[in-house]
Amino acid sequence: MAEYKLSTPLDEKTVRGLSVGDVVYLTGTIYTARDEAHIHILEDLRKGHEAKVPLKGSVIYHCGPILKREDGGWRVLAAGPTTSTRMSTLESEFIEKMGIRGIIGKGGMSKQVGEALMKHGAVYFSFTGGAAVLASNGIRSVKGVYYEDLGMAEAVWVLEVEEFGPLIVGMDAKGNSLYEKINSEVERNILKVKQRLNI
Amino acid sequence: MSNTTSRFTWCASCVETFIEVSKKIFEVSLISKALVKSTVKELLKLASVELPSDVKKALMDAYEREVEAVPKMQLKAILDNIGLAEKTGIPMCQDTGIHIVYVKLGDVEVEGLEDAIKEGVAEATATIPLRPNAVHPISRKNPGTNVGLNMPYIHVERIYGSFLEITVLPKGFGAENMSALAMLTPADGLKGVKEFILQTVVKAGGKPCPPGILGIGIGGTADVAMKLAKEALLRPLGSRNPDPEVARLEEELLEALNSLGIGPMGLGGKTTLLGVNIEVAYTHTAGLPVAVNYQCWAARRASAKIYPDGRVEYTSHKKIEGS
Repeated sequence: MAEYKLSTPLDEKTVRGLSVGDVVYLTGTIYTARDEAHIHILEDLRKGHEAKVPLKGSVIYHCGPILKREDGGWRVLAAGPTTSTRMSTLESEFIEKMGIRGIIGKGGMSKQVGEALMKHGAVYFSFTGGAAVLASNGIRSVKGVYYEDLGMAEAVWVLEVEEFGPLIVGMDAKGNSLYEKINSEVERNILKVKQRLNI
Repeated sequence: MSNTTSRFTWCASCVETFIEVSKKIFEVSLISKALVKSTVKELLKLASVELPSDVKKALMDAYEREVEAVPKMQLKAILDNIGLAEKTGIPMCQDTGIHIVYVKLGDVEVEGLEDAIKEGVAEATATIPLRPNAVHPISRKNPGTNVGLNMPYIHVERIYGSFLEITVLPKGFGAENMSALAMLTPADGLKGVKEFILQTVVKAGGKPCPPGILGIGIGGTADVAMKLAKEALLRPLGSRNPDPEVARLEEELLEALNSLGIGPMGLGGKTTLLGVNIEVAYTHTAGLPVAVNYQCWAARRASAKIYPDGRVEYTSHKKIEGS
């Protein structure tokens, strides 16, 4: 378990060098993207339009933040991660077409997404669910917004971050998943738990 | 009979006194809409910024209990976050939830209860601010106020006592999405109940932001079991169901399920659950409904009693009246 301080955009070599369990603090730019952002960006691409958001080499964040209007701009108040599995069916295509190198979320993603991470060179970072004020503490400013019409939670917010974390590499580009490892341990424990419960 | 005059006559001063007294009784016992509204706003602020002390303590105990680096780091992030939220007055989680409100209505008159609660939620959304989460289920249109048809959802219970009690339970949907209901058969019995709860927790894994609390409703009907499952979450951690058999089941499930190894955020560890609270209702002889409502670590709730003389007593948080 190594600790890294990384800056965006991330390059493929750095990303492929990360392993599950590593701790990462990110500095640079990250983009919030959850259900509706994935749907709309991919719809635009399927229609043959160019993507509105330049995401090559970038890191997206499964997050629907709370922001406040301040001095003509925006300030992030609370910005913890949302459950990533909801984006699982769209993420493989998103990784391939948008060229992202990292995803920050909670709860992990599907096997298919794990394969896409391996194929295209990207990682999944786990951030503690609900730790919204800790997250906003690492956000320096809001640089812009795309798809603002989707509402505060679903819009794509461009966030300038400094030592954002701690992030744990939950799924790496070598095909490993911390979630899968824990899941198989849980599967093995079920029998023991059943005995305890007398069932 | 109709033209006979009553032997009892009201003197003018009697009438006046009667009116005065009635007015006073009426004035004193009427809880104003403005007071309900401002209390709801304050409750939502308290709930979203500061966890009840039983939940905070349970999280600190969990941090002490964990030994591995990853679960310890998750709990440290949670505890740091709780501290920062309290210090800054910012909601501890960006998912400030959907609003279920529990009202206990004593022998008091309340002016425009439902409107007062709805307006309180809308104003709290704008001023705290809370994330506007409430959308139409089909069009997905978001009015931006957390108010819409049947939302906030208000449960009203009539009680004895000269006060109105309001409890807010703002709940994030990562955890709410892990709720489950099973209509078991009498033959499934207690074993079936335990098996279903175990399956629900395993299936949820790290998605509901563990370490959390299981609210469980056993018996009743489908809707009653679900209602009880959520109401079980109103009970503080460490309290036990008054029925010793149910209390034993709470303890047994808590201990056994924590040995699954799901851990904080599903990243492994000893603490998957901070508590298991079960509520029970008599059911039909032909059935055995079981409902699970999973609560994330950010187990936000706040309660206040409003008295007819205008006093507000915040019972879940240390708060000085009028501050």
